[in-house]
Amino acid sequence: MKNKVIELCDIKRNFQVGDEIVRALRGVSFTINEGEFVTIMGTSGSGKSTLLNILGCLDIPTDGEYYLDSVLVKDMNKDQRAGLRNTKIGFVFQNYNLLAKTTAIENVELPLIYTSMSSRERKSRAIGALTAVGLADRLYHKSNQMSGGQMQRVAIARALVNNPAVILADEATGNLDTRTSFDILVLLQKLNAEGRTIIFVTHNIEMSKYSGRNIVLTDGVVESDTYNDNVCSAAEKLATIPSLN
Amino acid sequence: MNKINLLKVSVRALANNKMRAFLTMLGVIIGVASVITMLAIGEGSKISIEQQISEMGSNMIMIKPGEDSRGGVMRDAASMQTLKIEDYTYLRENAKLLSNVSPMLSTSGQYVYGANNYPSSMTGVSPDYLPIRQLNLSEGSMFTETDIRTSAKVCVIGKTIKDKLFPNGENPVGKIIRFKKIPFRVIGVLKEKGYNTMGMDQDEIVIAPYSTIMKRVMAVTHLSQIYTSAVDEEQTEQAMAEITSLLRFTHELEGDDKDDFSIRSQQELSTMISSTSNMMTILLACVASISLLVGGIGIMNIMYVSVTERTKEIGLRMSIGAREKDILNQFLIEAILISVTGGVIGVIFGLSFSFLVYTFAQWPVFVESWTIVLSFTVCSFIGVFFGWYPAQKAARLNPIDAIRYE
Repeated sequence: MKNKVIELCDIKRNFQVGDEIVRALRGVSFTINEGEFVTIMGTSGSGKSTLLNILGCLDIPTDGEYYLDSVLVKDMNKDQRAGLRNTKIGFVFQNYNLLAKTTAIENVELPLIYTSMSSRERKSRAIGALTAVGLADRLYHKSNQMSGGQMQRVAIARALVNNPAVILADEATGNLDTRTSFDILVLLQKLNAEGRTIIFVTHNIEMSKYSGRNIVLTDGVVESDTYNDNVCSAAEKLATIPSLN
Repeated sequence: MNKINLLKVSVRALANNKMRAFLTMLGVIIGVASVITMLAIGEGSKISIEQQISEMGSNMIMIKPGEDSRGGVMRDAASMQTLKIEDYTYLRENAKLLSNVSPMLSTSGQYVYGANNYPSSMTGVSPDYLPIRQLNLSEGSMFTETDIRTSAKVCVIGKTIKDKLFPNGENPVGKIIRFKKIPFRVIGVLKEKGYNTMGMDQDEIVIAPYSTIMKRVMAVTHLSQIYTSAVDEEQTEQAMAEITSLLRFTHELEGDDKDDFSIRSQQELSTMISSTSNMMTILLACVASISLLVGGIGIMNIMYVSVTERTKEIGLRMSIGAREKDILNQFLIEAILISVTGGVIGVIFGLSFSFLVYTFAQWPVFVESWTIVLSFTVCSFIGVFFGWYPAQKAARLNPIDAIRYE
């Protein structure tokens, strides 16, 4: 029996907009086990951003219970949730969100400076994470000296560096061209193969072919939750895409 | 997040915007530098005034006959003849808090030496007059108690009188000058003192034994003033009280009889003048503080821009585990770094300016150590005060909105 990394029980999230109550999530329940690669899909307005915020402990549900790595998030205060984000979650954003004029190592170290880790250990872990994403030769490049694909790799390294329970990728390939997207996807598949739990939020239907499970969200409820027994290899697909140069 | 990391992060953020950080700092630098310079100038002028006053004799006490009414007519104090030589001797023998006592009376007239003449006045005093007024001799000697007993026709002259009567630089000691047709032998010359705070030439002075002036020149029996000095500056008040009780006793004043004399101390004058110069110092400091305040507002302004500009960074930091406190501290420390660094540079500039003013404008300046401590404290306070609000704003950002802020 694998560990439950994420357990959602009837999550509801309402927003008060003027006099109206907008029900962004109307009762979402699912469980994600350790080592799964899940894509969460949905059209604009389906509630996937709200769900992502809740999964990422940036927001708390109006109703329902959320266990992250067996910890009930609902009762936690802001600082405790910040601590949870620091240790259990690795975020990867669509627009990378690297610090400007800052080297790859320093960007990757960022989550660790909010811990009590020594600077030497921070550095060695950052180098380890950057090596894992294939950027061992770009350690001291600044964010503005790197390509989009490289920046996203740095962002993934940053998400890995604190050894989180789950990596939350929010449209992580949205800003990249097809080839680079697959490049990143290859990396994510590799990390998944190494045992990482990955949740990939996207509106790109094609991505579901490369993940082991696909959850589709419509109007704040889970429309379908299907397992993909025939996961395509992103590496094979990448080989078929002609290189531009 | 530990403190060293926090400091590193803040220094890093400032280093990313060196020019902006420097320009922001400039406001504080100018503010602190001007506060220190202004206080140094104010303090310097105050000290130089105090010094001049103490040169005039800081513990000096002057006794004058008081105004009085005779038959319902108020009479001018100067025309009163209530102060007698007996008062002088009585004070000299009985006052415990007075170190020196000298009678004083003066009359004006023409001095003549050879072909030169000059109108001035002659002051009759005792040898105690020199320590009371802090006068010193540059040539010759002072007259003695013997000269007073014999009403000797000797005098000691100031620099101005010497220059007027002996323009060719002769040594006046031993020469005979005439005052109101009476020949006086010059036995000493006083050291130059210059002008006092009120613009009076302190070197236009001729002193002679008071007995000579009373008997041979003016033919009077009363004194116009008695000059004395308290044993030390702190005891001036008590000394004045002592004089009052002694004089009331010799003048046989009882109960609620009004004093027929008045006592004034140099300390009163010095308090008055230094309060004026204090006010000037405060005024200068106020003007300078305004620039410091403007510098502080500059910090606030820039911190605001910085928070808005780095909203995304704040969102990111929050999403990877920064607590509100961490964000607040980061921005607060940036503000404090700007203001404290500006403060240090400002202190250095302020000291240099003060030195320049002293060297080139030759103004008296004096940097008191408390002004440095004060401006430094104010600086750090300004950093916290003006950095707090923007930092608070940064910390209160909603990470969800901040991370998606464009």
